[in-house]
Amino acid sequence: MSISKEMRSDIEERYKRNLERPRIVVGLGTCGIAAGGNKVMDAIKAEVAKKGLDVDVDFTSCIGMCFAEPVVEMALPGRASVVYGGVGPENVVQLIESHMVQKTPVAEQAQIQILGGAEAYEGIPAMEKSEYYEQQVRSVTWRLGRTNPERIEDYIATGGYEGIQKALTMDRIAIIDEIKKSGLRGRGGGGFPTGTKWQFVHDAVGDKKYIVCNADEGDPGAFMDRSVLEGDPHAVLEGMMIAAYAIGADEGVIYCRAEYPLAIRRLNMAIKVAEEMGIMGENIMGSGFNFKVRIKAGAGAFVCGEETALLNSIEGQRGMPRVRPPFPAHKGLWQKPTCLNNVETFANVPNIIRKGGDWFSSMGTEKSKGSKVFCITGKINHTGLCEVPMGMTLRDLVYNIAGGIKDGKKFKAVQSGGPSGGCLPTEKLDLSIDYESLGQAGAIMGSGGLVFMDEDSCMLDIAKYFLNFTQMESCGKCTPCREGTKRMLETLERICEGNGVPEDIDNLERLAKVIKTSALCALGQTAPNPVLTTLKYFRDEYEAHINEKRCPAGVCPELLNYTILADKCIGCGVCIKACPTGAISGEKKAVHVIDPTKCVKCGACVPKCKFDAIAKA
Amino acid sequence: MTNSFADYLNTDLFFVIGSNPTEAHPMAGAKIMSSLMNGTKLIVADPRRIELADKADIFLQLRPGTDIPLLNGLMHIIIKENLHDQKFIEERTEGIEDLKAAVEKFTPARVSEMTGVPENLLYDAARLYATTSKAMLCYTLGITEHICGVDNVMSVANLAMLTGHLGREGTGVNPQRGQNNVQGACDMGALPGDYPGYQKVVNPEVQAKFEKAWGVKLSNQPGLTIPDMMDAAVEGKLKAMYILGEDPVLTDPDANHIKKALQSMDFVVVQELFMSETAKFADVILPGASFTEKDGTFTSSERRVQRVRKAIEPIGDTRPDWWIVCEVAKRMGYPMAYAHPEEIFNELASLTPSYGGITYDRIEHCGLQWPCPTVDHPGTPILHTKAFARGKGLFKAIDHTPPAEMPDEEYPYLLSTGRILYHYNVTTRYSSALDAHRPEEAAMIHPADAVMLGVGTGDTVQVTSRRGSVKTKVAVTDKVQSGMIWMSFHYRETPTNELTVNAFDPISKTGEYKVAAVRIEKTSPM
Amino acid sequence: MPNVTLTVDGTQVTVPKGTTVVEAAWKAGAFVPTLCHDPELSKPGACRICVVEVKGARNLVASCVTEAVEGMEVQTSTPAVIEARKTILELMLDNHPEDCLTCHQAGDCKLQDYAYFYNVKPGAFGGESHQYELEDDNLFIVRNMNKCILCGKCLRACEEKQGRAVIDFAYRGFKTKVTTALDQPLADSVCVSCGSCVAVCPTGALTEKAMLGKARKWEIEKIRTTCPFCGVGCNLDLNVKGGKILGATSNPASPTNGRDLCVKGRFGIDYVHSPKRLTKPLIKKNGAFVESSWDEALDLVATKLGEIKNKFGSDAIAALSSARCTNEDNYVMQKFVRAGIGTNNVDHCART
Repeated sequence: MSISKEMRSDIEERYKRNLERPRIVVGLGTCGIAAGGNKVMDAIKAEVAKKGLDVDVDFTSCIGMCFAEPVVEMALPGRASVVYGGVGPENVVQLIESHMVQKTPVAEQAQIQILGGAEAYEGIPAMEKSEYYEQQVRSVTWRLGRTNPERIEDYIATGGYEGIQKALTMDRIAIIDEIKKSGLRGRGGGGFPTGTKWQFVHDAVGDKKYIVCNADEGDPGAFMDRSVLEGDPHAVLEGMMIAAYAIGADEGVIYCRAEYPLAIRRLNMAIKVAEEMGIMGENIMGSGFNFKVRIKAGAGAFVCGEETALLNSIEGQRGMPRVRPPFPAHKGLWQKPTCLNNVETFANVPNIIRKGGDWFSSMGTEKSKGSKVFCITGKINHTGLCEVPMGMTLRDLVYNIAGGIKDGKKFKAVQSGGPSGGCLPTEKLDLSIDYESLGQAGAIMGSGGLVFMDEDSCMLDIAKYFLNFTQMESCGKCTPCREGTKRMLETLERICEGNGVPEDIDNLERLAKVIKTSALCALGQTAPNPVLTTLKYFRDEYEAHINEKRCPAGVCPELLNYTILADKCIGCGVCIKACPTGAISGEKKAVHVIDPTKCVKCGACVPKCKFDAIAKA
Repeated sequence: MTNSFADYLNTDLFFVIGSNPTEAHPMAGAKIMSSLMNGTKLIVADPRRIELADKADIFLQLRPGTDIPLLNGLMHIIIKENLHDQKFIEERTEGIEDLKAAVEKFTPARVSEMTGVPENLLYDAARLYATTSKAMLCYTLGITEHICGVDNVMSVANLAMLTGHLGREGTGVNPQRGQNNVQGACDMGALPGDYPGYQKVVNPEVQAKFEKAWGVKLSNQPGLTIPDMMDAAVEGKLKAMYILGEDPVLTDPDANHIKKALQSMDFVVVQELFMSETAKFADVILPGASFTEKDGTFTSSERRVQRVRKAIEPIGDTRPDWWIVCEVAKRMGYPMAYAHPEEIFNELASLTPSYGGITYDRIEHCGLQWPCPTVDHPGTPILHTKAFARGKGLFKAIDHTPPAEMPDEEYPYLLSTGRILYHYNVTTRYSSALDAHRPEEAAMIHPADAVMLGVGTGDTVQVTSRRGSVKTKVAVTDKVQSGMIWMSFHYRETPTNELTVNAFDPISKTGEYKVAAVRIEKTSPM
Repeated sequence: MPNVTLTVDGTQVTVPKGTTVVEAAWKAGAFVPTLCHDPELSKPGACRICVVEVKGARNLVASCVTEAVEGMEVQTSTPAVIEARKTILELMLDNHPEDCLTCHQAGDCKLQDYAYFYNVKPGAFGGESHQYELEDDNLFIVRNMNKCILCGKCLRACEEKQGRAVIDFAYRGFKTKVTTALDQPLADSVCVSCGSCVAVCPTGALTEKAMLGKARKWEIEKIRTTCPFCGVGCNLDLNVKGGKILGATSNPASPTNGRDLCVKGRFGIDYVHSPKRLTKPLIKKNGAFVESSWDEALDLVATKLGEIKNKFGSDAIAALSSARCTNEDNYVMQKFVRAGIGTNNVDHCART
């Protein structure tokens, strides 16, 4: 069957009617649930029942304001809907009473209001004027936090499956051309032009072709794909279907890490209902095009995000990268031509087909078109999911969307692109966010994880963290990555422990060079990036650690010394009680002393001292 | 073998029947196993769920001794479904009508009842084998060691001819030979009716040729086969025996009959490496040199003649077997003097047409596959590419012959025998690592039978047939069918062949090692 | 097959299309080391020791997995290449015991050879090295995983040549190790002890247990022969030192089996040195065997057989020849029976 005009307008009609009813919607993405969203939901249902209110209680996915979870939206007919943040079960009674019964929003707990043509409230920022959203675009993430991801009707009512319907009337090459025209590039990190990749797979000879969706998001601090899968699973499926039709595949696999149970559950529901409605399966919408898709849950190895390791894993082999060439476009899954894109890439596709490649390419820079979803985490005020047009500066991202650095501290660096990326310093804040600029600066766009650091972050510690991650997650296949990252990590550890020697920097650079030039896969080749960029931008910190045995940020415990400043200490004895190892001694009213042989550098004494008499250096 | 081991990598389907290559012919098994990883298909027919059965696309777990019904049943389906190779049959064979008539009554329903194989599997196997262009049949002693062994072999050949799976790459009928040089020993005329190269002793021209070559009058009367020899010895007609490198007491069926035969003779010479069970009956034991202590050649299953090279001097006061035999001949007035095995080889090659083109020089590196009639002939990896030895391949109409002895009330279990991976006949018992790894018999019995008998793995049972009784430890496993016990013949401590039946194929004189009736009782540890 | 022409270190070389760069380089006479590469196994491109420079390539190129193409310009020993190879060797040596003096594999070890050639010393970066227990749990193979460089040839041989895949990589990162399923001892695994893994191991990580400590590699004389344990006809090399067979190893030139053997062929040949071998002719006197000279024994056999032939005729004598002896032995036996004794009563266990 197909989605007829009548059916679509019928679904749209019902969807609109529902929006006009009194509603309470809870954000139940993984972040919302983790923050207690389910308990909030239970409390809301109980309260609505208790009060006998004629209110629809529904849920949606993460709207992106992870910093404000749990998030609850309340709407009354004819009025803007208000999104409340930090809602706990204890607030529910008061919020419902005030907003839904008294029809008076609780302005102090409101984050934003969504107008949608309705009458606005006073004193609550409209979404598009809010600090967090003003500079964002929502082209991939527009349904997140706005629709119920478990209802296909919500998807269809908001233009869903229009893309595949349109595509099925198009020539396959015309679809690929449209994608090429859009300038869409792989959102998984590599940035390979999507249309070109599709063309390769289209042109490859094979009795069977596959579509594979890479949903093995593994970078620390990255959750773009999870948010999209949880919030808009049908968009990913539709993108895969369009790709499958264009390249001539009839089977798809979504490789999703098992740590994303909610994403897998919602995907499974979406697949099931789409099949039941005849949107997927045999003879889709009467076109003769067949497509089925299954989910392969990955066991969580970081390396399985590498496309060839991912294919091995689907085949039941150990997740280890294959040598390329042959590229998956020619010999991929089961040695058949395979089109492999990540979640965000596929999620972009339906819009491009619906709205045209020109619409997409109107956003962004010359070579990086469209928007990009980022997960912003670290020492910033607004951690969450955001989508920005390519070409925005890092500065705008940090100081506007992210709300600046926490506690008024100074920005120090941002790690872009996860373990494969690099650390960019203050001087690079005006860098445009696009594939080329980030690459030239020694980082990468990556899949969209941005970790912000403030003045209290030690750059060696950061490099050590990422190197430890790559070393633990190295598949072990090639020598440079397996053994080389281990030795780099050990060198960094030595330096941070105060045992560094000047030659260590040479060794790090030599190892980094060899790993970059000779490792087998992209993960290995990029593994030294965190070290290389920190060496490039923060070499003085390395030298301080090695030559002065000093950690300028005061992070590396072995290099820290706590001393009591004689001119400030009044001998109150509070620090003596706070010290867990009995390292501090001193008579009442006399200056206290720290015994460095007993001090474990935990820092517990520092906040206890009311006179700022304990110095850390 | 009609084809070669290298050809195992070219086939699209193995049909392995009565053969356990991963244990008895491990490198052949390895080739099959690795082919499967590349998508080659596999049909296994065996009473035991052997290792390959678990890897098979279709596993036909037939009752022991029902190979002919199974094969006829498959041919029945192939003919009924018109899957046979009409062109091959017309051009290369004769007798198809006889075959059709013979297999007519082997309907799937009847065959299923006789063999215990479900009907749907018969259809699946018949269709897969018939419709796979490159399909290879592999068998070994599970086919031949029956009183109907020759008929079994003929049935296998019928199936291959019916479907045209012969004379081409990746096809063929491929019996892997049990022993390292059984092919060569046959080629060399160590058979009562054949001179080297299967030239018949009854053929006067052949007789004349060898009389001329060897300079003596020769008998045109075919000699005795081993079973006939043993019978003749017991009857007092055979007075002396010279046994070279064989241990019939351990390896031939009905060991007690063999022992009696050896005891009956006036004079027994055994030429051996070790004090074998047979050697104990000898009047004189001549210590031979092992294969590492002499030069020579072996001929493998794929008819490849390959060098055996002397690596060390003969141990102790041992001598190469050929030297010892020549010495005896010389002392009996028939001088046979060779300075080196190469001289022997050159003589035998000159008298054996299929070996005529083979020399030590030519086989220095990788051997040659006979027929190799001339020095410029490249050898023959695949037989019957254009015609069969007799011209047209002859279909034989074959009916079922049940085993000589089947379980009954008194002897309710069916005994079948074979080899295990870690042992080869007898010599491996003297290998320290192999013997330490598998030091004793572990007779396989089914869990249901184990419960009935009140035994578990590692317990000891007494296994008794009409001919003898042995003690063995058991291993409980569902790899054997219920009602069946499977034992190897490697252990002098558990001489399995005291149990096997003294019944032979009438033509080949091969013993029925694969079926005997026994009873089993729990007993005290060995 | 079409050819392609490329230059290796300035030398033009023409190879069939599909040839790898390393093979082309070897053909051109260049020295390119390899560790994980094996012409008979699939190509993982894992160890990276074979990297070369290819004009136009972004990175160094693993020559064992890169196809030679027309006009390619390859440099096999530029400073970048040498630096990478030396670094890779340093990385391997840093995680490898420094016991070449007593290592069984010394003299036949690629790691040792390359370290020597590139003058690489252990301890370049220092740090942790593996301290695995020696795996000596079975009768056939000793595994010293501290010497493993994770080239993966063992597990590829196991899967691709023996069709078994008993071993594979386990764990990640520096802890990566070749193990059986669940890292169980080999003895408790489904391993059939064929030793194909041992045959392909480029270091001393996998060794034949029976040969350990018996001979330095250069003392061993290898004599190729045909296996005596079944009808497949595998070839193997008898390893000989001082008139004694220490064991068997496989020979890649073997026509049917290449470097693969089964447990019997590789580990069972020691029976020839069994103390239970018969070493003297024996004559039964009064029911007991008594050692004799060859002359006495041979004369007795000839006399007795002669007497029986004279008394009962040639057909009262029979002989069993042997499916385990050579063709030459069998030929001589049947000739003796037919021509010397005068009967066709010769047979052998042709049916087992």
